[in-house]
Amino acid sequence: MSWPALYTQLVGANRHSTSLGKVWLSVLFIFRVMVLVVAAESVWGDEQSDFTCNTLQPGCENVCYDQFFPVSHIRLWCLQLLFVSTPTLLVAMYVAFRNHRDKKRLLQEVELETLKRRRLPIAGALWWTYACSLVFRLLFEGGFMYALYVVYDGFHMPRLVQCDQWPCPNLVDCFISRPTEKTIFTVFMATASSICMVLNMAELAYIIAKAVTR
Amino acid sequence: MNWSGLESLLSGVNKYSTAFGRIWLSMVFVFRVMVFVVAAQRVWGDENKDFVCNTRQPGCTNICYDHIFPISHIRLWALQLIFVTCPSLMVMAHVKYREGKDKKYVELHHGSHLYVNPGKKRGGLWWTYLLSLVFKAGFDTSFLYILYRIYHGYDLPRLSKCSLDPCPNTVDCFISRPTEKKIFMLFMVVSSALCIFMCICEMIYLIGKRITKLMRVRQENERLLFAEQHELAIMAPPRTQYRKTDPTAESQMSLNRREKVREAGVTTTL
Repeated sequence: MSWPALYTQLVGANRHSTSLGKVWLSVLFIFRVMVLVVAAESVWGDEQSDFTCNTLQPGCENVCYDQFFPVSHIRLWCLQLLFVSTPTLLVAMYVAFRNHRDKKRLLQEVELETLKRRRLPIAGALWWTYACSLVFRLLFEGGFMYALYVVYDGFHMPRLVQCDQWPCPNLVDCFISRPTEKTIFTVFMATASSICMVLNMAELAYIIAKAVTR
Repeated sequence: MNWSGLESLLSGVNKYSTAFGRIWLSMVFVFRVMVFVVAAQRVWGDENKDFVCNTRQPGCTNICYDHIFPISHIRLWALQLIFVTCPSLMVMAHVKYREGKDKKYVELHHGSHLYVNPGKKRGGLWWTYLLSLVFKAGFDTSFLYILYRIYHGYDLPRLSKCSLDPCPNTVDCFISRPTEKKIFMLFMVVSSALCIFMCICEMIYLIGKRITKLMRVRQENERLLFAEQHELAIMAPPRTQYRKTDPTAESQMSLNRREKVREAGVTTTL
């Protein structure tokens, strides 16, 4: 199971989304997953080995690193992208359930493949499933962005952090590797996340408006 | 999701591009993405480890590295390549939208198509294509400018001096492999410039083709209007009842002119 496998799953479910949903999927995979895999992972690659503290005390660096980086940005983003992609799988599961049920109900013998190829209109139970998936996506995006903000005190990465955890002897200066590059990528990923949230909200408003006018 | 995924996504765009567009896409993938993945990433691979400063002060090397390289070349090029290849997806999205519209029309009108060829660059698709070219050239130019500003003119000196806290005095810092990095930087800058040039050529070609077509159509209209007004019925076009809305089919006269000729013909004969 890897990013390309997830992409194939989501593209299958994407047939039943609105145009905004299709744009959302492209933004997700091109500007977030791809940037994460191709660029961001190498920026955070040496974060622990290049975290240096102004001390020779063994264990002090480890403890200070652990205090300031409880969860690495990269792992938080991977989790965020996985959680945000999961509600679409809900829609895919519902569509598969519908296809199997319709195959049993239809009087003439229809192939499962032809049922799979048709595009269901977003109405009835599918509308509720789709709306729920949008709400969950918004909640997960917002939740992870907030968690990142709280854990790292904002989206800025400082050059210097001061630490006095045991076994550090006194207040010790610790230097983070590549703070500016990390800040740039954190801001980029936060912006892409907000754009995805705006797209999700617009899509939710659109399907609600369409249902109300119908 | 990596470069091969992006490449497969974009290979579909080739059908709707001009010859310049196809050359541009090949240039991007062979000279830029492939060189980036196969060569450039290795050159920058040890940039942090082999960045050495003449000091034993802990933290000084980290701070000086961060000051000299706010964002690494490799990451900047990765972002540039992602942003530059995306506008083509706009064109693909528009063609898919047209195909969707065509399918709905076929279902409603029992077999007759709305678009003879959804991929032909007429009407709205021409504008989308032009806009995608503008974006491509714009992104490439802005990334080149950002690189210029951050690294003070594509320069990569062997030695940089740094005197930030906690470095005690002015400290000499040495970059790893500066000459190799400079060669690759120049290579990537030159290939970006060539891609921008190709985008501009393609824009000129598209606009020039449109202008020559409009001029030809105008000349033809004037000839036919002359024929109508002077009752040279043999030369006049047949009066068709059906209103064509398909911008992708071949047409000698634009729709508006056809209507005006018809009206003009009706008033003169009365």
